Amino acid sequence: MTHSAPTATALYDIPGPQARRRHLLYGVASTAVILALVGWIIYLLFDTDQFTAEKWRPFQYKGIQELLLRGLGNTLKAFAYAAVLSLALGAVLAVGRLSVHRPVRWLCTLLVEFFRAMPVLVMIFFIFVALKVHALPALVAGLTLYNGSVLAEVFRTGINAVDRGQREAAYALGMRKTQVMTFVLAPQAVRAMLPTIISQLVVALKDTSLGYLITYEEFLHAGKLIASNLDYDLPFIPVVMVISPIYIGMCMLLSWFATWVARRQRRNPRTEAVGVAPAEPGKLLPGGQ
Amino acid sequence: MDVLTENFSLYGKGFLGTVELTVYSSALALALGFVMASFRVAPVGSLRVLGTVWVTVLRNTPLTLLFFAVLLGLPRFGLVLPFQLFAVLALGCYTSAFICEVLRSGINTVPTGQGEAARSLGMTFGQTLGTVVLPQAFRSVIPPVGSTLIALAKNSAIAGAFSVTELLGTYRTLNELGYSIIWTFIWIAVGYLIITLTISALFNVMEKRWGVAR
Repeated sequence: MTHSAPTATALYDIPGPQARRRHLLYGVASTAVILALVGWIIYLLFDTDQFTAEKWRPFQYKGIQELLLRGLGNTLKAFAYAAVLSLALGAVLAVGRLSVHRPVRWLCTLLVEFFRAMPVLVMIFFIFVALKVHALPALVAGLTLYNGSVLAEVFRTGINAVDRGQREAAYALGMRKTQVMTFVLAPQAVRAMLPTIISQLVVALKDTSLGYLITYEEFLHAGKLIASNLDYDLPFIPVVMVISPIYIGMCMLLSWFATWVARRQRRNPRTEAVGVAPAEPGKLLPGGQ
Repeated sequence: MDVLTENFSLYGKGFLGTVELTVYSSALALALGFVMASFRVAPVGSLRVLGTVWVTVLRNTPLTLLFFAVLLGLPRFGLVLPFQLFAVLALGCYTSAFICEVLRSGINTVPTGQGEAARSLGMTFGQTLGTVVLPQAFRSVIPPVGSTLIALAKNSAIAGAFSVTELLGTYRTLNELGYSIIWTFIWIAVGYLIITLTISALFNVMEKRWGVAR
């Protein structure tokens, strides 16, 4: 890839033959530097004996494999609960914020802004330590409160992004408020919101690892057990090398799914008009991980 | 109320710890994010690949896993630093991926014609970048950079769970001393609100002064 991508940029012209030669030179030089860095890291790994057989032997044991699988299962369980509950909470809060009754609107706005402004971990610790809830419900509750309020904002912008005429037409046909919302606005909004919703679920999936900090027996916790409690010359780095790709891979898969849905929708003329911005940058008290 | 007045120095230490962590990590994240963003828009292929890999991997890494790997893993390479420095490293690198994407989209909001006009006036690459493209990009990225840094301040709570001195970590001492847990947490929450609201206000002022008028 020595020539620039065909997409036009404000930064530089499409390079000519001389510039292309220069870029090739830069490319070779920077590749050399990157390879040297990677090589140095691999040398460090070998130098500190990370690839000796006894550091990797634990992973052959059935008990260890089962421990890791159970951890992974617990991670997915927490994610599933958190995802379903935060979607539900998000829907409720969004409807509340769009309500015509002022007290309901104010209460929901207050809740949404407060939960978005708090660090998730503080909420999880509060529920776990002060309310003395078990680890899994505490983790799920914390994740639900945070992601639910972020999703509420996504839902609200999605509903508001539907063309005004749709609502007016539905009212003109004699539909009630609830009917307008459920039959006309929500179906159109959901389609436009889907990529943003999935991206927010990636945040929830990533945050399930916070369970490690309140001793919920999830994936990272299983890794910690193997790395510290068992006496196999502390295979800490191998544990990180096994766990990280699985964690990162799961999140990447979900992220790619979101991008794929978004790209598919951009081609769809029916959703072209309605675009929902990413969930992260909020207005008043933005949140996001 | 007693919890705060009787332990003011402890809270103060935790509060300052969070502020320090936020400031240092922000500096690292902005610097690294700027470097990675320039890699991602560079005409050199291998740098673009490096930037893309950096952003994709770090954005999909759970921060707890990163803290776990950096704070507990790097010492096993014989790299022993103060825990706070490790925390700054983890938090800064993680946030740099988000900063990079914000900056890159900021550069992309500048119309191609601007750069073409600058070049047709005979400006060099440095002049085009420094006097035409970056000033416009900067104006449009103020709000998203602000929300990224607020997220950073909130994420710094994780460092406390890894026994770095910061605000959330104070609950452990106060809990052992037998103070009311509810009030302990209320004051911790107030501390975080002060920090996030300050950043929010700061960026609002910056946006009013330099932001794009809409």
